[in-house]
Amino acid sequence: MITLTKNAARALVMAGALAMSVAGVEASSESSFHYKKQDWSFSGAFGKFDRAQLQRGYQIYREVCSSCHAMKYIAFRNLSDKGGPEFDEELVKSLASEYEVEDGPNADGEMFMREAKPYDYFPSPFANDEEAKSANGGALPPDLSLIAKARAASIGPDVGIEFFNDLIRMVWHPITSYQEYGADYIYALLTSYEETPEELEEAVGDKYYNPAYGSGVAIGMAPPLDDELVDYTDGTSMTKEQYAKDVTAFLMWAAEPKLEERKRVGINALIFLVMFSVLLYFTKRKLWSGVKH
Amino acid sequence: MRARVGHWLEEDQVLATSEREEPTRRDFLYIATGAFGAVGAAALAWPFIDQMNPDATALALASIEVDLSSIEEGQTLTVKWRGKPIFIRYRTQEEIDAARAVDLAELRDPQTDEERVKAGKDQWLIQIGICTHLGCVPLGEQGDYDGWFCPCHGSHYDTAGRIRKGPAPLNLELPPYDFVTDDLIKIG
Amino acid sequence: MSGHSTFEPQNGFVKWMERRLPIFGFVHGSFVAYPVPKNLNYFWTFGAILAICLVAQILTGVVLVMHYAPNTAIAFDSVEHIMRDVNWGWMLRYMHANGASMFFIAVYIHIFRGLYYGSYKAPREVVWILGVVIFLLMMATGFMGYVLPWGQMSFWGATVITNLFSAFPIIGDPIVELLWGGFAVDNATLNRFFSLHYLLPFMLAAVVGLHIWAFHVVGNNNPTGVEVKDSQDTVPFTPYYTVKDIFAAVVFLVFFAWMMFMVPNFMGHPDNYIPADPMVTPPHIVPEWYFLPFYAILRAIPDKLGGVLAMFGAILVLFVLPWLDTSKVRSMSYRPLGKQFFWIFVIVCLGLGYLGGKPAEGGYILWARIFTVYYFAYFLVILPVLGFIEKPKPVPASINEAVLAKHSAVVGADSKA
Repeated sequence: MITLTKNAARALVMAGALAMSVAGVEASSESSFHYKKQDWSFSGAFGKFDRAQLQRGYQIYREVCSSCHAMKYIAFRNLSDKGGPEFDEELVKSLASEYEVEDGPNADGEMFMREAKPYDYFPSPFANDEEAKSANGGALPPDLSLIAKARAASIGPDVGIEFFNDLIRMVWHPITSYQEYGADYIYALLTSYEETPEELEEAVGDKYYNPAYGSGVAIGMAPPLDDELVDYTDGTSMTKEQYAKDVTAFLMWAAEPKLEERKRVGINALIFLVMFSVLLYFTKRKLWSGVKH
Repeated sequence: MRARVGHWLEEDQVLATSEREEPTRRDFLYIATGAFGAVGAAALAWPFIDQMNPDATALALASIEVDLSSIEEGQTLTVKWRGKPIFIRYRTQEEIDAARAVDLAELRDPQTDEERVKAGKDQWLIQIGICTHLGCVPLGEQGDYDGWFCPCHGSHYDTAGRIRKGPAPLNLELPPYDFVTDDLIKIG
Repeated sequence: MSGHSTFEPQNGFVKWMERRLPIFGFVHGSFVAYPVPKNLNYFWTFGAILAICLVAQILTGVVLVMHYAPNTAIAFDSVEHIMRDVNWGWMLRYMHANGASMFFIAVYIHIFRGLYYGSYKAPREVVWILGVVIFLLMMATGFMGYVLPWGQMSFWGATVITNLFSAFPIIGDPIVELLWGGFAVDNATLNRFFSLHYLLPFMLAAVVGLHIWAFHVVGNNNPTGVEVKDSQDTVPFTPYYTVKDIFAAVVFLVFFAWMMFMVPNFMGHPDNYIPADPMVTPPHIVPEWYFLPFYAILRAIPDKLGGVLAMFGAILVLFVLPWLDTSKVRSMSYRPLGKQFFWIFVIVCLGLGYLGGKPAEGGYILWARIFTVYYFAYFLVILPVLGFIEKPKPVPASINEAVLAKHSAVVGADSKA
C-alpha cells in the first residue's frame, strides 16, 4: 500500500517536471542569459565587506554613476559608519563639502545653497524624475540606494529541468545563505555589454545591447565602465571587471548597511539557541524518563 | 474551591493524572537550562528597549552651527537644537551690569554671571529656552527682572537667565557649545 | 486527583486573591494541572510554537509602528529609515517580516497535523472551525501587512487581490471602491490597511483564546485518535508538555534565526525594494509564498468569477470538513486508504504552491487544474466516500495500551487480537 503511494507520488513528480520543463523552455526563451556566481567577501554566514573595496566602489559611484543615478537613502555620514567604507570622519566632512545642497528658507523666506554637511543625503543629479527622463532619452536611471536588493539573477545548480532547478535552489539558497543574487546581477549587467547582433539591431535601436539586462536585451544606459576609466591610487588593477566588482560591493553595502552587524548578531544568536536547545533536550529527556509515552 | 477553580472545564469528564514520581530535584541541569532561558530573554529584550533611544538621524543632527554675525546688540535669535529652542542673546552692557550686581546669597540657584557665559564673550548669553519648572518656553525681555518670564506658572528669570521668583527650581539650562570663530558657534 | 481541582493555595495573598478573582486557580487548572494525553508527538508542539509566533509578531509589530508612517508619500522611506537609522531597526523588521512566514509554516504544519489525526472530528468541530477562523484572520493580516512597506509588490499585490472582489456581478465594483476608498489603491487604502493590520492580530489573539478554551473543554486529540479513558493515559501539562513545547519552540527558533539573520530576503520579493509606482506593473506578480496554493487555484479556472469562487471555496470547504469526513476512525494511522489519499493531498497542496509561483501558461495551467480538482475531490468526494468503503485497522482500546504496545511488541500483538 505504501509503495503504491510512493510510486504514485514519483510518477506525479516526474510527469509534473516534464510538463513544466516544456513550459519552462517556452517561458524563458527570451532571457536565457547564464548568470555566474561571483566570489564576494560579504557572502556566507561570516561574510564581511572589504573596506578598501567599498572605498574604491564609492569612488566609482562618485566619478561615474552619480552623474545620472541618485542614492537618496545614503547620507555622507554613512560613509564613516561602522560596517561600511569607514572613511575617516574628517575626510567625510571634506567629501561632503564638495557638494552644494539647497537649504532654507532663510529669514527672508528664500531658499539658498550651502555646502553639504555629513548629515546631508547624497544630492540627486536631477531635480525630479521627469528631468531625469528627458535627459536620458526617456529612460529613468533608477535610484541606486536599494538596487542590490531590488534586482535578482537566477543562479544555482542547473540540472537541466526547471522544476528540479527550482526545487534544488529553494533548498540550496537558504542552506548556503546565498543572498548575493542582486550583486551577481549588477556585476553581470556591468560587464556584459556586447556588439548588437545584426538580427536585433532594429529591436535595440538607439539603446544598447546587453544580454544580462533583466527586462529585454536593450538597455538605455550606455556602457558605463571601461578599463583605465577611474584612477585607483592603491595599486588595484584598473580594469572594467575590477571596477564593476568594486562598485557592486559598494551598492550592496548601500542596500544593506547593517549586513555585518546582522551576520555577527545572527551567529551569536544561533550559537546561543543551539546550546539552549541541547540543554532543553536533556532536560526534557530527564523529565520524561519516568513516563512511557 | 473545586467547583470554582476551572468549573468551566467539563467536570464530568474523567481527565486525571496518575500519581507518579515527579522529578522535583533542582539539579544542575534544570538550573543551567533555566539560567540560559533567563539570559536569552534578557538579551532579546534589549533591542526592543534600545529602539526607543534616539536613532542615527537624530544623533546626526545633534550638533548645529550658528552664525552670530547678523545678530545686533539687544537682539535675541532663537534656533532649534534637538527639537528645543535655544535663546542666543546679544546682551547690552546694562543687562550684563545688572546681572553682575546681584548678591549671590539672594539666588535660589546660586551662579555668577561669569559662570553662565564664555570668558571674553560676556555679551553672548546662550541658553536652552525651556522653563525649568515644567517645560514651557519663557518670553524674553519680560518679568520683574527684565530677563525672561514664563507665562505658564509665573517664573521670573533675570538678565543672566537665573531664576529669581516663581515655582521654577533652577536657572535656565545652558547647552554645550563652543566658539568656532568669533562669529560662529557650534552647539552640541 | 482530578487535574484542575488540585489547586490549594498556601500563600496568604493567593488565598485572598482566589476568593475575589480565581485567576491563579484558573492558570493552574488550564496550564499546570491540565491533563494531556501522554503520547503526543512533536507535531503537537506547533500549537505552542504558533502562540509564540503570535506574541512575537505583536511585540515586533508594536515596536515597528513607533517608527513607521502609513502615508503613501513616506511609507517606503520610513521602512528604510527603520532599516538604516533606528537602533536594531533592521533586526526588528526582519524579525517581523520573516516571522510572518514562520507563522504560516507553523500553521500549515498544525493544519496538516489536524487533518492527518482527524482532530476536526466530533467533539472537536468547534475547535476546528475556530482554527479556520484564525487561519482566515492570519491571511487577512499577512496580506495587509505586506502592503505597508509600499513597494511594487505591495502595491500590485493589493491591487490584484482587492480586484478579486470585482468578479462578483453588480455588487463587485462598489465593493472594490469601498475597499480602496477611491478609484485605485492609494493613500486611503494604505491607511485603512494599516489600521486593520494593527487591529486584526488582537482579534486573532481573542479567537486563539477561544480555540484554546474549546480544546480544553473537550481535551486534546492524540496520535491514536482514541479518547482519554483514565489517569493512566495522561500527564499534567506542567512540567511535561511545557518543557517539551519550549524545547520544540527553541529548535524552531534556530530555523527562524537562520532565515532572518542569514537569508532575510529569501522569502520576500526583490521588487518590493522598488517604491510603489501606479504607472508600472512588474512583469511577474506573485503574492507572498503562503498564498501561492490558493493563487494557483484562482488562476487554474479560466473564468474570472469561477476562479474567485474556487479560491474562496478552497478555504470555506474547511469549515464543513467535520461533516464531510464520514469515517468513524479519527487517526489516519488506522486508515490504510485514507492515509494514502492524505499524502497525495499533501503533495497536491505543495504542488499548487509551486505552480502559484510560476507563470500562468502552458503545462503549469494544466497541472494546476489537475491539482485543483484533486484538492476539492479530497474534501467533497474522497473523505465522504472512504468512510463507507474503507476497512480500518483495529484501534487500540486506550492510549495507555497503545503506548505499552509500542514499548513491547508482545503486548502489541496481544492488544490487536
